[in-house]
Amino acid sequence: MSTQSWINLAYLAASMLFIVAFKMMTGPRTATRGNLVGAAGMAIALAAACFEGPVAGSLAAHGPWTLVILGLAVVIGSAIGGALALLYPMTGMPQMVALLNGFGGAASTLVAGAELWNATAAAKAAGSPPVPWTQFIIATALTGLIGAVTFWGSLVAFAKLEELPSFKKAWTDPRRHWINLGLALLTLALVWGVGARPSSNLLFWALVVVGSVLGCTLTLPIGGADMPVVICLLNSYSGLAAAAAGFVIDNPVLVIAGSLVGASGLILTAIMCQAMNRSLAGVLFGGLGTTAAVSGDDVYAGRVKSASAEEVAMVLEGAGRVVIVPGYGLAVAQAQHAVRELADALEKRGTTVEYAIHPVAGRMPGHMNVLLAEADVPYEKLREMDDINPTFPETDVAIVIGANDVVNPAARRIPRAPSPGCRSSTSTRRARWWW
Amino acid sequence: MPHAIVMFLADSGALAAGTEDPAGKFIRLLTVFLLAMWVGFEVITKVPQRLHTPLTSGSNAVSGITAVGAIVVAGALATKFGSLLGFVALVLAMINVVGGFVVTHRMLGMFHPKKK
Repeated sequence: MSTQSWINLAYLAASMLFIVAFKMMTGPRTATRGNLVGAAGMAIALAAACFEGPVAGSLAAHGPWTLVILGLAVVIGSAIGGALALLYPMTGMPQMVALLNGFGGAASTLVAGAELWNATAAAKAAGSPPVPWTQFIIATALTGLIGAVTFWGSLVAFAKLEELPSFKKAWTDPRRHWINLGLALLTLALVWGVGARPSSNLLFWALVVVGSVLGCTLTLPIGGADMPVVICLLNSYSGLAAAAAGFVIDNPVLVIAGSLVGASGLILTAIMCQAMNRSLAGVLFGGLGTTAAVSGDDVYAGRVKSASAEEVAMVLEGAGRVVIVPGYGLAVAQAQHAVRELADALEKRGTTVEYAIHPVAGRMPGHMNVLLAEADVPYEKLREMDDINPTFPETDVAIVIGANDVVNPAARRIPRAPSPGCRSSTSTRRARWWW
Repeated sequence: MPHAIVMFLADSGALAAGTEDPAGKFIRLLTVFLLAMWVGFEVITKVPQRLHTPLTSGSNAVSGITAVGAIVVAGALATKFGSLLGFVALVLAMINVVGGFVVTHRMLGMFHPKKK
């Protein structure tokens, strides 16, 4: 068997491990091991890549320098990645994931750029006109474009989640649709241009620049509670960029791993949108997300009673079953520990406490579960929306914290429980609590 | 499906020698792409909502697979500029890979009852 066949076999093993890893992610008990299986698959794929023809050729020509350069890059990257992951506070997880995701997209763009540069240089050296191989050139253009959108989109998402001052307000200029349309048409023209004139590296980099701008202008208008959708979508893009890079260098493991990620991102995006009763187009182009919308007084006029903390305490005292509905506001205020203390106090009195988790609650997909797990809330008490909705009639009190949108009566997604129907704010918290 | 695996394992030495036409190569990769997408859809739909955050960050780490491409293009040392781009790509991809897996591990650690 040739070396290339052994390499392909290793890639196949790595791909299988990735699929097994995703499969193991379906259960909380196996998920940790699943993550390690995924890491093992990655290690196998990276080791196999070191035996690829071009690397082996350069090893023969330049000696160990090849390995020194590769090793240096791996060490630098791993050190930075490991340090970021270990030192970044757990509360910053969503922006951390966004940032890492962006780096993956940027890497795919650079791989495509480097391949194109090498290919045109080789054609020039051989004195032959660059014969464009259609798959190579189209895949290169798409990788450059998707990677650039991913990188800049992720940077903007990072800035928004990190709550950098200049990114706090969503960009709501009505002309943005025209700007995006113009940029999209420009990218199409440039993809065509790269295909028509493959020897021109300039057109490729022009495409990357336009893609970068597009990544920013697409992400800037989206904000607030819509961020989980953006994170999913960008995650999907980075996978598709890697898959496209696989088409550039004819590498099956890139195609498989990339499309797995692409599919997972798309599925999650669809789940998030469905849970919010919104179309993907609505999220992407609506630019809704900052809490302007309808003023609560129009909807709740006359039906809202304000209550003091003491009155709420009295209501809770008489309750047999309490459901807590946490949302984006809780995530921003980092109030999970306070909620856990409240639940503890209630449970000590014999009250049943459960948590109703909306799929989009938090600042990234499934984020609320992580926040509550961090506050030591048992996994069994976290109930999914469809699972807990039928139990609301038996519930005495529903506490809605920073999630006024999921209980929006206009949406009727969660039947209105006999809740205190009041809102109060406690001055001890950074954000307001909506009861 | 077995046919796809046979195609997957086909010795690409024959491809390098130019015995297969580019379209065949493309269709082989496209087959792999579509089947993998399908497997992805099937597997991911079964992940409970509670685990969506670790799933997102775990799949994010897997998307760093582009490091394989970076190794091939950086290790080739074909041109100075190409190798430089490859080097930077490899650094970025490794940040993605290592950071992604470590973050996911930390996150999943919180789902387990804390040892006291």
